[in-house]
Amino acid sequence: MGDYAHPEILVGADWVAEHAGDDSVRVVEVDVDTGSYDEGHIPGAVGWAWDSELCDTVRRDIVPQAAFEKLMSDSGIANDTTVVFYGDNNNWFAAWAFWQLKIYGHADARLMNGGRAKWLAEGRELTTEAPAVAPADYNAAEPDFSIRAFLPQVAESVSNSAVELVDVRSPAEFSGEILSPPGLPETCQRGGHIPGAGNIPWGKACNPDGTFKSYDELKALYGDAGITGTKPIVAYCRIGERSSHSWVVLKYLLGYENVTNYDGSWTEWGNLVGAAVARGA
Amino acid sequence: MKPEDYSERTLELAGWPVRIVSYRLGKTYHAKADNVSPGATIARAQAADKEEAEAQVLAKAEERLAATRRMG
Repeated sequence: MGDYAHPEILVGADWVAEHAGDDSVRVVEVDVDTGSYDEGHIPGAVGWAWDSELCDTVRRDIVPQAAFEKLMSDSGIANDTTVVFYGDNNNWFAAWAFWQLKIYGHADARLMNGGRAKWLAEGRELTTEAPAVAPADYNAAEPDFSIRAFLPQVAESVSNSAVELVDVRSPAEFSGEILSPPGLPETCQRGGHIPGAGNIPWGKACNPDGTFKSYDELKALYGDAGITGTKPIVAYCRIGERSSHSWVVLKYLLGYENVTNYDGSWTEWGNLVGAAVARGA
Repeated sequence: MKPEDYSERTLELAGWPVRIVSYRLGKTYHAKADNVSPGATIARAQAADKEEAEAQVLAKAEERLAATRRMG
């Protein structure tokens, strides 16, 4: 996987095809479109729903620790299991799941480079049968919020120009032309972006086949936009999944030490009474 | 089973770019439409033939895209 800072977090489709059945490996599909898993998935993979299993279903938050432990256990994942995520939209919610595993201290989490689309495009084997899974013992670590940004931190950092802020939404969302991605429900009262943010849409980190661009290309992509890691980097989008993808790029592929995902994102900031909003490109 | 007859194309619908992906799994054709930027799935359909699956997904996608407001 090239010159990435942490190439060990990426595996290719060939690796997955060879190891999906290993006792020490669990492949997990996480899609934006939660119906995709049932349509057909990689043999041996379990499916997680981002909107019910990777969040707190009462308050807006990531999955609570106890629910996370149960999800891992029910999925046959022990603390030393290698967990490989893949999903649609070039691994949006696969990256969201990866980020949450890192919050709870799971050591060996990986992404299948290219995600579900590449697997399909290559005509690889799919099944509609869910695997028989024996529950495993799982104990999560206390959450590590050094990789998560909360509103007060973001607001203070922005006012002090203390961070490199990356908005990874589309240019039309960034400028305020639209309040949500085309065809999706509007989830904010105001359009635009957090003052001081640069716009580097998440998809610019990907090749046409969904795989990540090379280290040099990624370095240039962010560097040309002033994201160099000289200050802490905060990535955000609309609800935090696209920015998880960019967080993986910045933290693991480029190796910047201090990178956080502001999962409150625009659905939080764009609904705040009195918050500063910038418009335009 | 393996996905067969995989195809991908981009077109404009209700003033927005849309990507249509379709493939056959077993006896069923699956079609999905996404909004290209950022790429979120906005419609999906299944049918016995490719043309019907894509026609259904285009109709659903057009309805949803037409509801997207451009702010002044």
